[in-house]
Amino acid sequence: MTSNTALRWGLYGILILFALFYLMPLFVMLTTSLKSLEEIRTGSLLSLPREITFAPWAEAWSTACAGTQCEGLRPFFWNSVLMAVPAVMISTIIGALNGYVFAQWKFRGANLFFAAILFGCFIPFQVVLLPMAQMLGLMGLAGTIPGLIFVHVIYGLGFTTLFFRNYYVTIPQELVRAAKVDGAGFFRIFWSIFLPISLPIITVSVIWQFTQIWNDFLFGVSFSGAGSQPVTVALNNIVNSTTGVKAYNVDMAAAIIAALPTLLVYVVAGKYFIRGLTAGSVKG
Amino acid sequence: MEWLERNVPKVVLAPSFVAILVFVYGFIAWTAWISFTRSRLMPRYELDGITQYERLFAAPRWDVAMNNLFIFGGLFIVISMVIGLALAIFLDQKIRAEGVLRTIYLYPMALSLIVTGTAWKWILNPGLGIQAAVRGWGWESFTFDWLIRPDMAIYTIVLAAVWQASGFVMALFLAGLRSVDTEIIRAAQVDGIPTHRIYSAIIIPTMAPIFLSAFIVLAHLAIKAFDLVIALTGGGPGYATDLPATYMYAMAFSRGDLGQAASSAMIMMMVIFAIVVPYLYSELRPRRDQ
Repeated sequence: MTSNTALRWGLYGILILFALFYLMPLFVMLTTSLKSLEEIRTGSLLSLPREITFAPWAEAWSTACAGTQCEGLRPFFWNSVLMAVPAVMISTIIGALNGYVFAQWKFRGANLFFAAILFGCFIPFQVVLLPMAQMLGLMGLAGTIPGLIFVHVIYGLGFTTLFFRNYYVTIPQELVRAAKVDGAGFFRIFWSIFLPISLPIITVSVIWQFTQIWNDFLFGVSFSGAGSQPVTVALNNIVNSTTGVKAYNVDMAAAIIAALPTLLVYVVAGKYFIRGLTAGSVKG
Repeated sequence: MEWLERNVPKVVLAPSFVAILVFVYGFIAWTAWISFTRSRLMPRYELDGITQYERLFAAPRWDVAMNNLFIFGGLFIVISMVIGLALAIFLDQKIRAEGVLRTIYLYPMALSLIVTGTAWKWILNPGLGIQAAVRGWGWESFTFDWLIRPDMAIYTIVLAAVWQASGFVMALFLAGLRSVDTEIIRAAQVDGIPTHRIYSAIIIPTMAPIFLSAFIVLAHLAIKAFDLVIALTGGGPGYATDLPATYMYAMAFSRGDLGQAASSAMIMMMVIFAIVVPYLYSELRPRRDQ
């Protein structure tokens, strides 16, 4: 019995140790962002701020320099919002309709096409980077937010289609057959049978796409122009900006600001976040 | 009109079909073609054999990048799996506050790799970060300066990537553990089989598909790990922490060497496909296709 109790204490000890490991960077980011530079230089990384200051947050938001532009993260934060919201909505709507077809309206060759889409989820984006840069130039979308929306919709389609297809495939086909007999068409059936039960999978798809698009860096850095960079690119520019004194507290405040939207989504809707992650990896 | 009605499903899929065909497969073909030309700053279309691949494999920087990929990928995958599995098994022991712990383990997965890289760059900063903090506690000779050492910097990438992804592996394994038939476990317990034997002989073998999924996801993350390197080390010191992804990016956007960019991207894709194709094949084959 006593050895068992000791074992359980050990178990909790290890679990708490790991919790500290995962929390430490967040703790360090937060405390650093609330310290003055003076205190950062003289104090310890892991100590609480002696005097709390919000000045680094204000600077990160509105005056820090990303490259040559010294307006803080604010304009880039809105760029990310303007990019993510339409891209998430469009890719989710198209994914829902695609998934509906693949699950309930199969035709010859549909399986092959589905496999082709699935395959597309796994390509390293490096392999489409060069032609996409050319293509965006041809379309007149190079360096613009609509261009980024376009890219995110195209390469998000695979996953959204997969989510909806795997969700709708569990709905008995008799239901669709019966509705067809009653004279309902493709969109009517989608609208009045499938859409009303889709809230969970819409949530999964929206959260997955939002996290992917908000956190994206590769497309952002490759395809954005001077005024259209998303927040991740701006954060990297602020951190690596070489002008003036290295303001670690501002860097950390900027990092937290860039992370806030997805963290918030995780805290509010963690269950769906996990479902998206696992649905994205364990299919079927 | 009637034709349209019968073919609505196909019409709905058509735009995606065209998009995937052009922007995935067409673009892969374009990149493949460019990788066999002498393209430098601008694309050129006259074929030139495999000179780009010869240049690639002769480049010391590419050599470093591929080596790093194997070091980073191997360690990242193995360590994430070990930590993920261990945490999942520990959490499965009727732990109080399991929900809280799970939330804490998994939250890094919600962050951008740029944020992760920024945070760890600060923590690993030898002058003011963890090294300075431990020295401040009185351990004067404590040294943890991997970030600035060319031979060790790649391991900081491993550390940050494991921090980000191991909680996710935990979630995958925990879901797997929970889906094992409880009847079998109870029967084994009744027979007096010790817990560690129940895990090693009964539960873990049934989770083979989850190991495979976790491996695929992690391998995929490893090959694409571009953001983290950019934010944490910038590929440095020198090009000591270059990965194929950063090599490709440097060739494409700062060196103006499209041929090298295209050929390195093709190699990346082949590495991914070597891992993913057998997996996709096994996933798609046993589907109940009426």
